[in-house]
Amino acid sequence: MVDSGGARMIEVGAALPTHTFTINRELLKAYADASGDQNPIHQNEEFALSVGLPNVIAHGMLTMALVGKFVTDWAGGSSNVTHYGARFIKPVIVPANTDIDLTVSAVISAVEDGSVTLDLTATSAGVKVLGMAKAVVKK
Amino acid sequence: MLNPDSVGRTFEGANSITVTQSEIDAFCAVIGETNTSVAPPTFSIRISLEQSQSILSDPSIGLDWTRLVHGDQKFEIFSPIKGGDTFTCSSTIENYRVAAGNEIVTVRSDLKSGSAIALSSWSTLVVRA
Repeated sequence: MVDSGGARMIEVGAALPTHTFTINRELLKAYADASGDQNPIHQNEEFALSVGLPNVIAHGMLTMALVGKFVTDWAGGSSNVTHYGARFIKPVIVPANTDIDLTVSAVISAVEDGSVTLDLTATSAGVKVLGMAKAVVKK
Repeated sequence: MLNPDSVGRTFEGANSITVTQSEIDAFCAVIGETNTSVAPPTFSIRISLEQSQSILSDPSIGLDWTRLVHGDQKFEIFSPIKGGDTFTCSSTIENYRVAAGNEIVTVRSDLKSGSAIALSSWSTLVVRA
């Protein structure tokens, strides 16, 4: 869990504590069922390779959902998130029988009356997977 | 190729959608969210992409949904989604460009409860050449 007291001062430039999520094939199946996105590139290695991917890749929206969990933990709940966006710049590659990391960090980039903007960074295996990732939360 | 007349137009979905608590619970379980009183910020993708696909699948619009890659995604949440909420969805083709033969389309989906927008989302979709 993210320690909501982590960024003790809510001020521009303050960093939130880094959190690491684990992604594996079981999680991709669970997300496919919960989201309705059954695209085989997220479950079937043979299919993923046949369309030129290096292996099965995570749903971009799963990555966004996990980074969103990081945001809502800090924000004190989902109802405090008003804006959230990201660009999918690199796939999260998920080989069989392997736990891979999704490492999330954030820096406060704006503080306005009642709202805080977070600039988010998400990497997997050392590669940045989201670009322009930002969230605005009520705080 | 997208029909240029489609750009800037808003298409209304015919059906209303009711979100169930069990759908929210299942989504929360995947990401380890224990507070299921409201949906997580990205939950609406479950509704919006499917709705947009059905609304924008009319051949006259010209968008090929079989070769899409998700480029980016943005949400603006006015009112968090709860179990039992009922919405109608409208989809607008907000932006369109062609780069290196790929079509890049930004679709905005508004989930409305009555006349009030609960949530707007923007999906940038790349139709690969």
